[in-house]
Amino acid sequence: MSALLAVIRRDLLLVMRRKSEVLTILFFFVIVTSLFPLGIGADTALLRKIAPGVIWVTALLSTMLGLQRLFASDFADGTLEQMALSPTPLTLLVGGKIAAHWLVCGLPLVLLAPVIGLQFDLDASTLGTFILALLIGTPILSLIGAIGAALTLGVRGGGVLLSLLVLPLYIPVLIFGAGAVYAQSVGLDVGGHFSVLAALLVLALFFAPWATTAAVRIAIE
Amino acid sequence: MSSTIGKNGNQFIHWFKFSSPATFYPLAGKLIPFFWALAIIFGIAGLWISFFVAPVDAVQGQGYRIIFIHVPASWMSMFIYIVMAVWAGLGLVFNTRLSAMMAQALAPTGALMAFISLWTGAFWGKPMWGAWWVWDARLTSELILLFLYLGFMALQASIDDPRRADKAGAILALVGVVNVPIIYFSVKWWNTLHQGASISVDKAPSMAHTMLLGMLLMALCLWMYSIAVALMRVRAIILERESHADWVRSLEGVK
Repeated sequence: MSALLAVIRRDLLLVMRRKSEVLTILFFFVIVTSLFPLGIGADTALLRKIAPGVIWVTALLSTMLGLQRLFASDFADGTLEQMALSPTPLTLLVGGKIAAHWLVCGLPLVLLAPVIGLQFDLDASTLGTFILALLIGTPILSLIGAIGAALTLGVRGGGVLLSLLVLPLYIPVLIFGAGAVYAQSVGLDVGGHFSVLAALLVLALFFAPWATTAAVRIAIE
Repeated sequence: MSSTIGKNGNQFIHWFKFSSPATFYPLAGKLIPFFWALAIIFGIAGLWISFFVAPVDAVQGQGYRIIFIHVPASWMSMFIYIVMAVWAGLGLVFNTRLSAMMAQALAPTGALMAFISLWTGAFWGKPMWGAWWVWDARLTSELILLFLYLGFMALQASIDDPRRADKAGAILALVGVVNVPIIYFSVKWWNTLHQGASISVDKAPSMAHTMLLGMLLMALCLWMYSIAVALMRVRAIILERESHADWVRSLEGVK
């Protein structure tokens, strides 16, 4: 457990020492969501309708941008090999890195979403649902994305390839995440959406660190 | 075939003999014409039944006949993904070279089937629903399946070391296989435009028997075709990867 916390602390420290990388991702999220009203028009009824989809898709893309730096530098300087050699299970260390990625690339999106939501004229109850959906959904994005990040380590054209691998796997999260917000905004029951999202989270929590570890081992062998 | 019987007198054929590329290569060569013949026979029978014997649908008219290629292609696209994932998983667990080659050989055929399924579905949808594409759960899942095939092929193609490409592809295939049950259950999850499945295990099919027969024959045709093409492709992959081996150099066609 202390190893897990140490990895999280180390990755957060690295991020704090080079803030620009992470801030760029957050600004990407803000800018892209702000582009949609400019492209579509300021009709509030329309904006309210497209808000869940637009914000979720942008969240997907922002999380994906951050994935490239999840393992790349540790892979390049050999830290990843040292982690694989250490007596602590690699899955635990990989899990720590994924958790740090979520704290850096996922949690800020959750906190930013209400502000973005206000731009799209969402009401308070819809915003609440949005935050909850993002809170359950973004860890799934980090977990699934980590598999893709590990698979594309040191591969030609890794960044573009990563999007091809990861985005199809993100689709269920998008459907149920945006579905929950939409259902709330039109006054339907949101329980089903949250149940599926939570089920996806449990599934991803169980399998993704394990699959990521296998992919990391393949990359460094 | 006496050499294939185990030494200690048991009656089982020693299957693992063919897990080596050197022994599988000639076996695949012998099997390919056989599967091609089966594909052609099933294809002719299936097309004859589906175009001349099967009755005209009461609601959909002649246009429904596209399901005889659409439904088998959809079945095969899902089935091939599972088979591909099984081969990839076997390769990952037992570290056998041939399993990974089989997975690699199956991917393009599976992608083709997914594409045919989407394409014919669009042709069917235009007269029946009045739209080339609707955002229905099954259509969308089939599209995701096509993306998964493309991702698998792209990942394999972009890694130079074939061993690493095999293993990375295997993990991706196993992760993606979660999607196949989602396709199957999507009809129940999202109640949308797409009509429910007409064939199910637990109740009698709600279509004419000749229609069902035509569909099954076409499915067998595509199945045999997939095997034949995958074997041809795996032979090419074997030649490419084992080109350093003596047995490849001594082959008649390669010399």
